[in-house]
Amino acid sequence: MRRTPQRASRRKDCGANPIVKIENLSFRYFGSEEYALKDVNLEIRRGDFVVLAGRSGCGKTTLLRCLNGLIPNFYEGDFFGRVIVDGMDTRKTPTHLLSQVAGMVFQNPDNQLFALNVEADIAFPLENLGVPREIILERIEWVLKLLKIEDLRNRSPFELSGGQKQKVAIASILVMKPKILLLDEPTSSLDPLSAKGLIESIIELNRRENLTIIISEHRLELLLPYASRLIVMDQGRIIYDGHPRNVLEKADLMAYGVAAPRVAEVARYINAYNGCLKFERIPLSISEFVERVREVIG
Amino acid sequence: MIRFEEVEFVYPSGVKALDGINLEIRDGEIVALMGENGAGKTTLLKHLNGLLKPSKGRVLVDGLDTRETTVAQLARKVGLVFQNAEDMFFSNSVWEEVAFALRNFGYDEHVVRRRVDWALKFMELDRYADNSPFLLSGGEKKRLALAIVLAWSPKVIALDEPTTGQDQLQKEKLMEMIKLLREQGKTIIISSHDVEFVAQLKPRIILMKNGRVIADGKAEEIFLDEELLRACNLLPPQIVSLVKHLDFLGLEPALKHPKEVAVEILEAVKARNPHTI
Repeated sequence: MRRTPQRASRRKDCGANPIVKIENLSFRYFGSEEYALKDVNLEIRRGDFVVLAGRSGCGKTTLLRCLNGLIPNFYEGDFFGRVIVDGMDTRKTPTHLLSQVAGMVFQNPDNQLFALNVEADIAFPLENLGVPREIILERIEWVLKLLKIEDLRNRSPFELSGGQKQKVAIASILVMKPKILLLDEPTSSLDPLSAKGLIESIIELNRRENLTIIISEHRLELLLPYASRLIVMDQGRIIYDGHPRNVLEKADLMAYGVAAPRVAEVARYINAYNGCLKFERIPLSISEFVERVREVIG
Repeated sequence: MIRFEEVEFVYPSGVKALDGINLEIRDGEIVALMGENGAGKTTLLKHLNGLLKPSKGRVLVDGLDTRETTVAQLARKVGLVFQNAEDMFFSNSVWEEVAFALRNFGYDEHVVRRRVDWALKFMELDRYADNSPFLLSGGEKKRLALAIVLAWSPKVIALDEPTTGQDQLQKEKLMEMIKLLREQGKTIIISSHDVEFVAQLKPRIILMKNGRVIADGKAEEIFLDEELLRACNLLPPQIVSLVKHLDFLGLEPALKHPKEVAVEILEAVKARNPHTI
């Protein structure tokens, strides 16, 4: 494996500073031969809604772990390059500071919840940071309302449904007012209706709070209509990075384990027939598809 | 053949997880149990190999009453792949993990070797043969759990949420595998809320809610009933919704392949616009 030399820091003057800047990042886990990330370069702007896709094992989870400092501060291994999150070099910043900027929600909410009731679970990270009581209470109200889970406040996390638990897990992150929300396949254990509800909440957080979202997810049909970027990874590298429509138009994502939404697939077949209906822009949602059909039939 | 007769199951906590289940699953059938989390899907699957025994009623597997049969006996007929694959693992290597059950069933070492190698290769895990199962990724762990069961080739294969955390290529692979197993005459029972996956498989669907079966029929019928699906926290496949939203073209709602739908849409648009070519 080629070692990526660490470059001297270089400054780019391209308007607003990106909230995430990754330079020549390579990482392999301790005891593993292969690198999980290979020479990754990436800039993410504030308010971006980034969907990470690719085969399992392609490096999505590893990349997310690099953004909240779990790598290299918690997972050991060979780390080359730089990850700057909100101006902080992740190698030089303690995780408790990073986690206030970039909060992570995992696949399984059970690993994140442990208190006797929802309010206590949400309050925990703030109490841990020594935030004054009145501010904690204020934040809890804000976040319960934001995620529309006010009715859950006194419930035990263990009696909640999967979707509710995942919302509480998100609340316990948002309460720290992070600038970036990282989500690692958050709907993978949810049923479709709960998954839809969760994704709608995430979309709203991006739109209303301008929260930067970086989410790895297999269910693209719900996310792509709202995402500003789709990043496809393969074997530790970034293969495609662009607006979801552009990425879908230029790439056959199936080879990378990514299923395009069915509407896009149908539109592709239709375009291949070269008949009376043509999609100049590949539709990402049913409504975009229907709109185009209506246009054509007048 | 598998038969559930008036099966009721109550967990020690008092939760009634199955309530008056009557079912018959014939040899060689592909069945998808669908429904929201907590509907009773996993509990039902665990009755297939006797891990759980009915509180009331009975379950017959090939005529054997599960209450009077040991799990070891039933396991030869019914292989159950758990949702949390990790729960199954305890060996130091992926290879040993697959070999364990085979040795337990008393196969000769050369048979064990051949079957383990085959199963690992089939599930694309051969390169991890010497690794610890606990170091695999989520998707790989799932495939290992499947490899373990495939290796001893039971007649009935039950998969609890097999697509969770799997990427599209792995899902396609799983689909191929299920079809291959069907060719071999195996009975496949999966629990899933992956609507898109099940829509491609087009199995018999058993919809569950609160421990009861609320619908039982072909995928082609069940997936058209949005109200019924929503009652189970499910959504129709996107292709069905698309066709529904194109009702102004006069398309009949149906569960079809995207390619068929593309052709139908083109024909309908052409009929509307005779002047365009």
